[in-house]
Amino acid sequence: MGDVAFHTATTVDEALALLGDGSDARVVAGGSDLIVQARHGKSLPGTVIAIHRVDALRTLTSSGDLVVGALTSHATLCADAGVRSNWTAIADASALVGSHATRNVGTLGGNVMNASPAMETGGPLIVLGASVTLRSAAGDREVAIEELWTGPGKTSANPGEICVAVTVPAQPAHTGSAYVRLEYRRAMEIAIVGASACVTLDDAGNVTAAKVALTALAPTIIRSPAAEAAIIGTDGNDEALAAVTAGASADAKPISDLRANEDYRRAMAGVIAKRAVAVAAQRARGEEFPIPATPVFMKGSGQ
Amino acid sequence: MKHAATLTVNGMAYPVELEGDTTLVRAIRDDIGLTGTKEGCDDCECGACMVMIDGRPVNSCTYLALQAVGSDVTTVEGLADGETLSNLQSAFLDQGGVQCGFCTPGMLVSAHALLRENADPTEEEVRLALGGNLCRCTGYTKIASAVMQAAKASV
Repeated sequence: MGDVAFHTATTVDEALALLGDGSDARVVAGGSDLIVQARHGKSLPGTVIAIHRVDALRTLTSSGDLVVGALTSHATLCADAGVRSNWTAIADASALVGSHATRNVGTLGGNVMNASPAMETGGPLIVLGASVTLRSAAGDREVAIEELWTGPGKTSANPGEICVAVTVPAQPAHTGSAYVRLEYRRAMEIAIVGASACVTLDDAGNVTAAKVALTALAPTIIRSPAAEAAIIGTDGNDEALAAVTAGASADAKPISDLRANEDYRRAMAGVIAKRAVAVAAQRARGEEFPIPATPVFMKGSGQ
Repeated sequence: MKHAATLTVNGMAYPVELEGDTTLVRAIRDDIGLTGTKEGCDDCECGACMVMIDGRPVNSCTYLALQAVGSDVTTVEGLADGETLSNLQSAFLDQGGVQCGFCTPGMLVSAHALLRENADPTEEEVRLALGGNLCRCTGYTKIASAVMQAAKASV
């Protein structure tokens, strides 16, 4: 590593002033992505601005819309009662991130701005209709999450902007959501394939609205229009779920790498998407489906 | 570019001069001289570098040392009371939860953090809480037994 200047900001304004136009500076929150990338050849910029002491960004409001300050950790997100009951897919995803140590330092803002097509929380944010607030010296602007990611590790944010919050709208009655990951091990895993679903039912139990997103199956996390069309207007029966499977597999654009080849990923895209839709529908009906366990923080302090 | 700072480790204040990109594990080992904390994968995967920052377990290989200024860092050296091992450390010896020993400091820190939050965990909870700590020798059974023994001893 090289000659790096280090600053700790305690307010967003201070961090923005230090960041300047962002041409040779980056903000670091938990470090779990930035420092790993620095080790893999993406060298650190000339100036690193630590924002982990900006307490104003460590907020979480879950009455009405869900407003998550950018520094809120996965540990806090997956333990929050409001997130667990009303935006459950986000709790599923945060509970699966890395290990307890990763969930302690890893933040939602960092996760979103790192723009990995395999990130756990990305699909849930898409199906729940999230947007991010980007702040610069010129002020705030709101960007729909689907317009933020432009490629692996790439966003439409300007280098001089800092993500300050993620907002997720309140969901209609009889809505359920889920994130399901295909994994080879339970901890420190990255999605082989992931799928998220958000399903809204009418009083008769028919699906009136549905969104399905596919993770680690394209250069960015993508929606699956075919899977969505397959479930909307049905009562979630087996035939509809089979069509979801076929639709998600058709919409996936997987690659082959050392963790899985293209054919396997495409086949599993359908299976995992079907499971996500089925769990979301189950939750929309008010039936229990457990969120992955994170024992330390269920009983503990979170952050 | 060296930055003068003070790191608080196991309750002691250490004046240090660190580069902006020095990781916490390097500062603990090279600048402070506490070598219990191990650098394993150096990639935020294996947990050998686990320390507690303000009571919460963190991989110190992917945390910048200067970010820990103003926080209390606890390493494996901070778990014993002088020469007296903690219940948890004794339990690792009793159960044979140590083979080559390289993962042991990280295992102890993660298990210590678990028991602080959850004094009476199930074995499943123990195994999940140690999910970020890899061991290539033991097969984990004796490590899990050791944490369960320590939990029983202190409940």
